[in-house]
Amino acid sequence: MSEEKKEVLLEVKHLKKYFDVETNFFGKPTAVLKAVDDVSFKIYKGEALGLVGESGCGKSTIGKMLVDLYKPTAGEILYDGKDISKLSTKERRKYCKDIQLIFQDPYASLNPRMTVGDIIGEPIRINKLMPDDQVEDRVTYLMNCVGLANHQRNRYPHEFSGGQRQRVGIARALAVQPKLIVCDEPVSALDVSIQAQVLNLLDDLKEEFGLTYLFIAHGLNVVKHISDRVGVMYLGKLMEVADKREIYDNPLNPYTQALLSAIPSTDITKKKERIILTGDVPTPINPPAGCRFCSRCFKKTEGCDTVIPELKDNGNGHMVACHLYDK
Amino acid sequence: MRKKQQVQTTGEALEKPESQIRVMWDTLKKNKAAVAGLVVILFFLFLAVMGDWLAPYDPEYSDMGHTFVAPCRDYYFGTDQLGRDIFSRVLSGTKISLFVGVAAVAYSLLIGTVLGSVAGYFGGKVDSFIMRCMDIMLSIPSILLAITLMAALGKGLDKAIIAIGTVSIPEYARIVRSSILSVKENDYVAAAKVVGNSDRRIIFHHILPNVVSSIVVRATLGISTAILDTAALGFLGMGVQPPMAEWGDMLGRARTYIFSAPYTLIFPGLAITLAVLAFNLFGDGLRDALDPKERV
Repeated sequence: MSEEKKEVLLEVKHLKKYFDVETNFFGKPTAVLKAVDDVSFKIYKGEALGLVGESGCGKSTIGKMLVDLYKPTAGEILYDGKDISKLSTKERRKYCKDIQLIFQDPYASLNPRMTVGDIIGEPIRINKLMPDDQVEDRVTYLMNCVGLANHQRNRYPHEFSGGQRQRVGIARALAVQPKLIVCDEPVSALDVSIQAQVLNLLDDLKEEFGLTYLFIAHGLNVVKHISDRVGVMYLGKLMEVADKREIYDNPLNPYTQALLSAIPSTDITKKKERIILTGDVPTPINPPAGCRFCSRCFKKTEGCDTVIPELKDNGNGHMVACHLYDK
Repeated sequence: MRKKQQVQTTGEALEKPESQIRVMWDTLKKNKAAVAGLVVILFFLFLAVMGDWLAPYDPEYSDMGHTFVAPCRDYYFGTDQLGRDIFSRVLSGTKISLFVGVAAVAYSLLIGTVLGSVAGYFGGKVDSFIMRCMDIMLSIPSILLAITLMAALGKGLDKAIIAIGTVSIPEYARIVRSSILSVKENDYVAAAKVVGNSDRRIIFHHILPNVVSSIVVRATLGISTAILDTAALGFLGMGVQPPMAEWGDMLGRARTYIFSAPYTLIFPGLAITLAVLAFNLFGDGLRDALDPKERV
């Protein structure tokens, strides 16, 4: 992202999603899983915001809330400045059309009983985006965009490889001409050799269609390839958000530092210090008080385990939630 | 890869859409047992249509001078206690048995599928309410429930269909619900939601086609159960009314003569067994043929 004026496409404010994992006889929750706990961030038009974190940290839950598959427990999602929970039915339809999702598992995300052509064409038909006789041409165009041949359109998903299926999933997301695509670990189910292809494809499509991405992944290396900015999540909290270069060159949060040190280096001359974290990720049902990371943090100081650090701008748009940078 | 690919307008021709029915038939053909089942079903269907025309005697005509005639050239399957030709009665019964079986299953399948889909898809209170009602129905012995319904509705073939159909609604509702519960967790259902499908469209276009196989198998088995239930009702003096010929009813009435004139039971019994077996074999083959993942 250059320094030009950035337009906010979507903003998330104090978003929370709690799941009741246990209820007593009267239906009152006795144990609550805090999947996403007070997360705020902005997505600018035309950028790719990467969201990384370990499994179970709530990144997919955020993605699902954005596409309206989950209802937030609290907080707001502002799209074009409007709270999506307060949209009229008509505006809501438009919102749902503008935000699409690419799924993690290409084997589960395609209906096995529909041909690929039908899968891609369906969103156009049900949203009545164009007359029926033009849908076929549009499907052809989309299939070509994602690198599938038109003659394959009457095949069923099971006749395709994982990479090809993910391309179908991408074409389906593109079919409604969305503005923002939430990519929920779109390559983690794929072979490493295919991952790069799909990532390049996503990159190309972003340019071609003027898309904005929220790119969810569990490794910083995948996100590095495609994102402009990166957010790091841990146990339902956003720990750090910054421009890609900032995050990779100058990680502030100890958790980010530990994550980065875990990326294997191909440069043998560069000696990297590996930060080994001890202990396991605490359960999100009963997270540590104070900073979520305090139980494993190697820079823990007094107060870390009592006061929750807020996500604050540490200059240059580098947001970090850590008491080390309290001024 | 990085450059946009040329739009392919020429070159490879568009593959012909695989016709669903064609592919299904191809798969089914490979299953010998299913084909045998289908042949028998078609044979019974043929008898159902042509039965009255093929029958050498009036199936309801009682010739008291010729009771308990063992199978011979004049009476292929013998005659019963009232001197009626069993061969003609079996032929004529085909139509009733098949019709009641299919109609009862269609009726309970329709209602069961709708109830099960709604319960499974929406969950929560709706689910609890529907399924508790189904549980109550299941807690009453099915034949007892059918008799009660018959008592309330009155005699007759159409009432029998409703009674037998209603009794098996909970089974279909349960099967559909549990299949839907597992299918709706799939990402493609979430995907359908994200691109803007309505709930109804998701149920009918994305979920139900994926649970069809288990329903179809259950339904084909259900036809045989329905045939047997009809027989039980007939035996109890409800449902099909004498002198109309119906396999189960014939079986029930000939029960007393099992030792003295076994042929009065053997032939209608054989007909039931054969029909039930045919539906089961065919249903099994159909399940494989309906699953695109099984296709090679």
